[in-house]
Amino acid sequence: MPVNGARAEKQVLDGPSIERTLTRIAHEILEKNKGVEGLALIGIQTRGVTLARRLGELIRSISSMQVPLGLLDINLYRDDLTRVAEHPQLHRTEIPYDIDGMTLVLVDDVLYTGRTVRSALNALMDFGRPRRIQLAVLIDRGHRELPIRADYVGKNIPTSDEEIVHVRLTDPDGREEVVVSAGSHR
Amino acid sequence: MSERAAVESPDKKTAQWTRKDLLSLEELTREEIEHILVTAESFKEVSAREVKKVPALRGKTIANLFFEPSTRTRTSFELAAKRLSADLVNFSSSGSSTSKGETLRDTAKNIEAMNVDTIVMRHSSSGSAEYLARSIRAGVVNAGDGIHEHPTQGLLDIFTIRERKGTLAGVRVCLVGDILHSRVARSNIWGLKKLGAHVTVCGPPTLIPPHIEKLGVEVCYDLNKAVESQDVLNILRIQLERQKGAFFPSIREYAAEYGITRDQLRRAKPDVIVMHPGPINRGVELSSDVADGPNSVILDQVTNGVAVRMAVLYLTTLVER
Repeated sequence: MPVNGARAEKQVLDGPSIERTLTRIAHEILEKNKGVEGLALIGIQTRGVTLARRLGELIRSISSMQVPLGLLDINLYRDDLTRVAEHPQLHRTEIPYDIDGMTLVLVDDVLYTGRTVRSALNALMDFGRPRRIQLAVLIDRGHRELPIRADYVGKNIPTSDEEIVHVRLTDPDGREEVVVSAGSHR
Repeated sequence: MSERAAVESPDKKTAQWTRKDLLSLEELTREEIEHILVTAESFKEVSAREVKKVPALRGKTIANLFFEPSTRTRTSFELAAKRLSADLVNFSSSGSSTSKGETLRDTAKNIEAMNVDTIVMRHSSSGSAEYLARSIRAGVVNAGDGIHEHPTQGLLDIFTIRERKGTLAGVRVCLVGDILHSRVARSNIWGLKKLGAHVTVCGPPTLIPPHIEKLGVEVCYDLNKAVESQDVLNILRIQLERQKGAFFPSIREYAAEYGITRDQLRRAKPDVIVMHPGPINRGVELSSDVADGPNSVILDQVTNGVAVRMAVLYLTTLVER
């Protein structure tokens, strides 16, 4: 694994643990919603999409029911869009079903300030009126700046504000792990 | 958000946008053009939603400053700005202070003094957009300057070709008609060449600028020959308002020699696409059965125009001044 100079990385989840964690979240989603009726997954670009796709596959293998999947890019809804120095790369948004009356499970890799989730909620409201929205994240690292909490958490990791959490998934990173590195924060 | 930025950096494309202005396709790199096209794809999806609006430019102000008549381009920019949640004001030359003798620079300075972020300008003088961009701090988007360039039209043409043909590399595009007076042709040539397309221009010799081969295009005066083996026919409008110099004997003769009809299309590849920047002179450069036929992508161009202009306004307006 390429370690960036003196910047040490501490692994907090390995590949098999990520898979087990996702399996548990899939079970929790089914338990909380008593099945897949009216359920849909929305992945936040880019790693949230990979995680949502995998949760969808796990739910299908548990319940043998297919849950619709949507992709959401939140960059145009960011509250700091006019302040960031460089343009964020835009990704595809694709919600190929009517979200009115649905229970949406919003999926992202890391929950941190909560601002990404705030952007995602605003974006979803432009697509319709879901019955409820739940939030699933692989990592909750704390430091919330908005009153937002997750319904399903893979792992809580206490971090300092200066640390960086890297989630690496086979798609697109070629390997699976979650690591925390000390680093100059942006 | 910062953890997302950190997490996303490995697969992030490096194409960066640093221009407050879009003046021509000549000045853009291939990467910059591709960056606009990819950004426009995201915005095309926004226009297909029930709520066709994103808050990306909330609080920003965009001014349409049109010194030449235009409905399509002005409306397209207006919708683009509104779908980005920007505020928009329209200035037109008739009835404005320009008709009272104010200079272009003063008009723009006054608009800028009202804290406008980006000015979209169409003007009959070539080079006016660049002049304006140098004179003011606000961003300038060229919506057509004389016979120089019309970059957003070039971009939407390229976007439409890419959407239909999957790529620009090796695609054969023929621009037909009045190349001499056409800013659309110039923007097309610069953009298409940069993305690797093969470009032919075809029209009466009086309407083909001398030495145009130096831009890397092929010249053909015989339309029957030119339509063969093309993937795209981009038909330019005969600009009757600019035809003061008797460049061809009559409209009828032009239509007979260079008008695209169904008979002409029989000579072309079956999957050729026919484009036109509008407004069409039906029966002159394009017959109605072709304009409304299965090979025509003219209305797709209009749809894509809004997405491309959203991308351009989004990219230029958010650049720090």
